Amino acid sequence: MRLDLVPRGHRSPVVEALSPALAFLAAVLVGGVAVSLLGVSPAAAFSVYFIAPLSELWSLQEIAIKAAPLALIATGLAFCYRANLWNIGAEGQFVVGGLAGGMVAIATHGSTGATFWILPAMLAAGTLAGIAYAMIPALLRVKLGVSEILTSLMLVYVAELLLDYMARGPLRDPAGFNFPQSVTFDDAARLPSLMEGDTLHAGVLVTLAAVGLAVVVLGRSLFGFEMRVVGASPRAARFAGFGAERLTLAAFAISGGAAGLAGIVEVAGRIGQLQPTISPGYGFTAIIVAFLGRLSPVGILVAALVIALTTIGGEAAQIDLRLPLDLTRAFQGLLLGLVLGADVLTRFKVRLVPGAAR
Amino acid sequence: MSLDLVQMILATVLAAATPLIIAALGELVAERAGVLNLGVEGMMVCGAALGFAAAVETGSTLAGALAGIGAGMALAALFGVLTVGLAANQVASGLALTILGLGLSGLAGAGYVGLKREPAPHLAVPGLSDLPGVGRLLFGQDGFVYAALALAVAVSWFLWRTRAGLILRAIGDDAAATHSLGLPVRGVRFLAVLFGGGCAGLAGSYLSLAYTPFWTPAMTAGRGWIALALVVFASWRPARVVGGAVLFGGATVLQLHAQASGIGLPGQLLSALPYLATILALVLLSLGRRRGGSLAPAALGRDFTPHR
Amino acid sequence: MKRTTLSACLGALLLLAGPARAEDKLKVGFVYVGPVADYGYSFQHDLSRKALEQALPGKVETTFLENVPEADSERAIEKLARSGMGLIFTTSFGFMEPTLKVARKFPKVKFEHATGYKRAPNVSTYSARFYEGRYVCGKIAAKLSKTGTVGYIASFPIPEVVSGINAFMLGAQSVNPNLKLKIVWVNTWFDPGKEAEAAKALLAQGADILSQHTDSAAPLQEAEKQGKLAFGQSSDQYRFAPKAQLTSIVDDWNGYVIHEAKAVMDGSWASHDTWGGIKDGMVVLAPFTNMPADVKAMAEETVKDIASGKVQPFAGPVAKQDGTVAVKAGETAPDPMILGMNWYVKGIDDKLPQ
Repeated sequence: MRLDLVPRGHRSPVVEALSPALAFLAAVLVGGVAVSLLGVSPAAAFSVYFIAPLSELWSLQEIAIKAAPLALIATGLAFCYRANLWNIGAEGQFVVGGLAGGMVAIATHGSTGATFWILPAMLAAGTLAGIAYAMIPALLRVKLGVSEILTSLMLVYVAELLLDYMARGPLRDPAGFNFPQSVTFDDAARLPSLMEGDTLHAGVLVTLAAVGLAVVVLGRSLFGFEMRVVGASPRAARFAGFGAERLTLAAFAISGGAAGLAGIVEVAGRIGQLQPTISPGYGFTAIIVAFLGRLSPVGILVAALVIALTTIGGEAAQIDLRLPLDLTRAFQGLLLGLVLGADVLTRFKVRLVPGAAR
Repeated sequence: MSLDLVQMILATVLAAATPLIIAALGELVAERAGVLNLGVEGMMVCGAALGFAAAVETGSTLAGALAGIGAGMALAALFGVLTVGLAANQVASGLALTILGLGLSGLAGAGYVGLKREPAPHLAVPGLSDLPGVGRLLFGQDGFVYAALALAVAVSWFLWRTRAGLILRAIGDDAAATHSLGLPVRGVRFLAVLFGGGCAGLAGSYLSLAYTPFWTPAMTAGRGWIALALVVFASWRPARVVGGAVLFGGATVLQLHAQASGIGLPGQLLSALPYLATILALVLLSLGRRRGGSLAPAALGRDFTPHR
Repeated sequence: MKRTTLSACLGALLLLAGPARAEDKLKVGFVYVGPVADYGYSFQHDLSRKALEQALPGKVETTFLENVPEADSERAIEKLARSGMGLIFTTSFGFMEPTLKVARKFPKVKFEHATGYKRAPNVSTYSARFYEGRYVCGKIAAKLSKTGTVGYIASFPIPEVVSGINAFMLGAQSVNPNLKLKIVWVNTWFDPGKEAEAAKALLAQGADILSQHTDSAAPLQEAEKQGKLAFGQSSDQYRFAPKAQLTSIVDDWNGYVIHEAKAVMDGSWASHDTWGGIKDGMVVLAPFTNMPADVKAMAEETVKDIASGKVQPFAGPVAKQDGTVAVKAGETAPDPMILGMNWYVKGIDDKLPQ
């Protein structure tokens, strides 16, 4: 027996929607078995994990805040991945963006007079720093043929150590007893809340704007088309006269800028100061988000929300049901794998054919 | 610096490089077949957990190493079904595998936290191991170190001296063409992925059985990612994997030695050295070779579905 | 649906489901930065959670969140507050601002933040005088080192770590003024492989005793492998290195956690700062092993003297590296100085990363 995949002539929207649902169902079934082995009712687990977070205003805001940086970074990465460029260093670009933007906030800390420009300057600095940092692997690739996979990954560690050094050293709060964190930013350097006294901040709007922009650019513009062609067939692109170098730099600039912007949004939104670490791995998780979302901005938005939901549900499961964090992680991995596997149904009809595997 | 200190540093470097070499060689074979598996860290950490658990249960380091290999292969099989069988996206599947592996290793290792074992025995050849300057380095390592070096030779021989190796490389370069020649593209890719998983698992079990002989969650601490980078660094050649791992391990160990002798530079800068050194080495290497043409297997990361 | 309608519906749901629960048991939540299975800092804190359940059976209910990244901790803490906790321990320095933020939103919930310095009416801080234990270790090391060189594996240059190094050195100098201390910063709290590599480097460079301010047992095991000696960290790690561990500086939070829970229950809880040491049982030295009887007697004597206040690790005269006086003879370093320490004492041959 062997499995054969027969391509579908055209994509069916029904199947496209159904396949992740199917995968979700399968993951929940496996998860349910695992949970009952640990002596917890699967129904209770399901409710805590998926229903409760969606039924409270607070956790809905938390999901939005958690999903926002993921979606923003992943949207930028989609440009790279569509062009078959492997920027896996978004984590580093995120960190550098947060650092640069945060430095603006610290430099202007306590300033009197006009402060309206501080926040925009921070966002700009973060974005530019992300772009600049992404230019290192991009230029090394374009000019010297150095693999961007390696350089972008290595630069993640360098960025993390740089932030660590800055937060513990030059940027630490002078009144903070030499503890490793900066001053807490002034209000002028913070993203405003969208709802009075609540968690939801304006960073969510930044993500929504970026996703909207990406929809237009990727779908409607010549640039988006060029990017797809370069990714699918570099030779054809050369033939058509698209400059591969220019596109490489542009794709890296977009993804680096998005990651850097996400970094400063996180710092100016949720965290409100510089710390030795500012990311729980957003830059890496965003890679999964990008592919789960099939590299389309809207898909990415949905994928980011799902990932955020499983994280928050996992915390609730730890508190309410004492389910270990490792179980949540295993479940997340399983769910992602199944969704990716089920994706095959949207592209192929699966046939079992008698005969040896080939 | 005394000869003994040099020897000790070299031995430390070799030991630090060993898990990187083993895991990177496995990934190299998978990538040569055209499959990019970013889940090395996940397979490695599962190998560490199950390797340690099996070794505690059986009292045998060998059984532990085998269990580590088995754990890595089991996860790799899952990845293979997804990416080779179902043509799922390799990058995302690999990252999902990392998360899954971290979770499963924590669950499997939960009962073994706080236990310790004797480290895997080191070779001791009477006479040879005591040779001044080189004895400990050449004849006093544990079995994993020799296995890593043997593996490098074996992989190199397999890829360039055997027909099967030629087929594997051909598949990694042009899956469609090899398929039309009647070669079992998916079968070979699946086996290559399994091999990669086995190696990652073995590398993980080295950490929990020999390097720091206990189990603790996430003890791989990012070594799987370094192994992935090394494959690229080595431009998909086994001998260069060894060289790259030694360079990386060397930079790590030397910066610690530099600190111990009181160099007085920020620790963060010194900790960043291995990464910067790797980038710099790659830049220098690329300056030395002709422009154009990537060295990566041409079909790397692209799924393949046979159809008529 | 418009947002207002949505909010209204959810608000109604909240009212129905929310604070209707009976308040018979005190719910206590813990937030850990690492895995509870780290056999170090988080593990030790989790022991106190278990001790609390045992000490007040039926009266408390505990829960925890592990592996909470500091930059993403606000949600975790708020989730605990929303789950009906009456008392929440946030156990890492990086949780300081998020703790304060959540505390403002939940004035009725009591918060306990470890190792920080900012308080609020419903936020207490607590920490342990780990440096007292390090002073004892320094004395032991100076007695036992044959090479006159001791290795120190340090995590991050924060005051807690720096004051530990200084106390260790002052203890050592009280026995052997010429003892050399080699310091390696590994820039991580937890990476067994890297900690082992640092241990190897230090041993290769002539250290015969290791001290660590990182969380894994790897350096101890490396010392054991090479027939050298070492001190454990956070928890008693004797089982990892029965032939190498001299003692270990154990964080014992049990007494404090139980005391605070009781205070919340009887209504006497008030915001305060606690910095407990050997005297308070917050810093405990694991049994002294692998040393001759006279050294053991000296160590036990020192522990007793620190507890009684007869010995103060930072009693003057203390000179900084460059020779300037930090603490005058006859005085002792005030707590703020120890809490914010960012300089080495004289005799340490390393440059402190600033």
